[in-house]
Amino acid sequence: MEYFDIIFQEVYKILFLLVPVLVSVAMIVWLDRRVWAFVQKRQGPNVVGPFGLLQSLADALKYIFKEIIIPASSNKVIFILAPIITMTLALIAWAVIPFNEGQVLANINVGILYIFAVSSLGVYGIIMGGWASNSKYPFLGAIRSAAQMVSYEVSIGIIIINVLLCVGSLNLSDIVLAQQEMWFIIPLFPMFVIFFISSLAETNRPPFDLPEAEAELVAGYQTEYSGMMYAMFWLGEYANILLMCALGSILFLGGWLSPIDIYPFTLVPGAVWLIFKILFLFILFALVKATVPRYRYDQLMRLGWKIFLPFSLIYVVLTASYLFYFNLLPTN
Amino acid sequence: MKITRFIKTILMVDFVSGLLIAIKEMFKSKKTINYPFEKGKISPRFRGEHALRRYPNGEERCIACKLCEAVCPAQAITIESTQREDGSRKTTRYDIDMMKCIYCGLCEESCPVDAIVQGPNFEFSTETREELYYTKEKLLDNGDRWENILAANIKSDNPYR
Repeated sequence: MEYFDIIFQEVYKILFLLVPVLVSVAMIVWLDRRVWAFVQKRQGPNVVGPFGLLQSLADALKYIFKEIIIPASSNKVIFILAPIITMTLALIAWAVIPFNEGQVLANINVGILYIFAVSSLGVYGIIMGGWASNSKYPFLGAIRSAAQMVSYEVSIGIIIINVLLCVGSLNLSDIVLAQQEMWFIIPLFPMFVIFFISSLAETNRPPFDLPEAEAELVAGYQTEYSGMMYAMFWLGEYANILLMCALGSILFLGGWLSPIDIYPFTLVPGAVWLIFKILFLFILFALVKATVPRYRYDQLMRLGWKIFLPFSLIYVVLTASYLFYFNLLPTN
Repeated sequence: MKITRFIKTILMVDFVSGLLIAIKEMFKSKKTINYPFEKGKISPRFRGEHALRRYPNGEERCIACKLCEAVCPAQAITIESTQREDGSRKTTRYDIDMMKCIYCGLCEESCPVDAIVQGPNFEFSTETREELYYTKEKLLDNGDRWENILAANIKSDNPYR
């Protein structure tokens, strides 16, 4: 009986995290479309529910009732598995995101490594989807996406090293607590910019949405998908974007900490601050989508390997020497 | 020159200025209308749903000359006529297949008595094809319903005819 109690407790905790994440993914899709429309002076989705807030739910309902078409020449098992993997990987990474001091599903010591590993695995869903479709456009999209995600993973990894040098711990809660005096965005501002751009590329967002560049590849790896399977890709993609925003706000914007450490601000619960920071980053994501034209593929690779990678490596050296010279290296 | 270009690239000046423009545009008024609730202005020459008009005394205008039937490029109009007891020629059948119709407005232009006209209504979609085979009754009914607007439109367009 005790085992059941523990299992129920854990399931309850997981649901308490997952349901809000899924709901906010739906809301964030609406926000994305709305910001995009506003920049282009359109109305955007505004009919379903107040301000069109329930638009994504209506879309999801539509996807559920649509027929799932599996191409005859596809590898059916992998074809069905791919969207499931994408969505699962996008969701399990949320386990280590701390919403407040102690409010975290799994407070593991290698939290940042865990997120890094899971988001690296995310590329498998896309490769499997593109390969199993057995069709030209998904295949090309998958190849592009694999190369792109691997390239930008490298620079993200080195940016994270910068942060870790200042913290001395891989635990995400420790990373937030280390920013009590100063958010890392101030000393590591160039790294924040590169992290932001790399996370755009990592999540296949415009201007780096080459894997699904509709002018060249129809819809990239999603071309053959329909119905709920397509919706799962789409949910996974936005859950990933949200995760990247959360990671950015934890690494650079002080996570759940309030911007000013004085009386009225400290009353606001930490989770609210974290949500505000995630929203801020996401609106920036959406604005970039509305502003910037798509990169060419060689430009994308050049940016990743020839600019971001050396620049963040140099910054690692700079940070390390600075911390070492002024004897500021964290000890524990 | 090259140095300024380099500094501009490093600081992402162009990108940030573009982003600022995007933010500024976000708060300007919208260029699109909220369609089912707001509607755009329609010209008096708008070629929408057809209607057959009547004279003020209730007599049908149509004299069954079949000019519209002849001119119709899509051959969407079918007319049959007889002579009435008072010697006037009137239609017994006036059908328009709204799915064949290409809304070119030639029927309206060819009509010598302004009987067949195209009104301002464009929201007449139906759930079945049958409902789009318009009969004489339907067209006359349209004419009665839209008469005020149709008459005003023809009057305002008259100087340019």
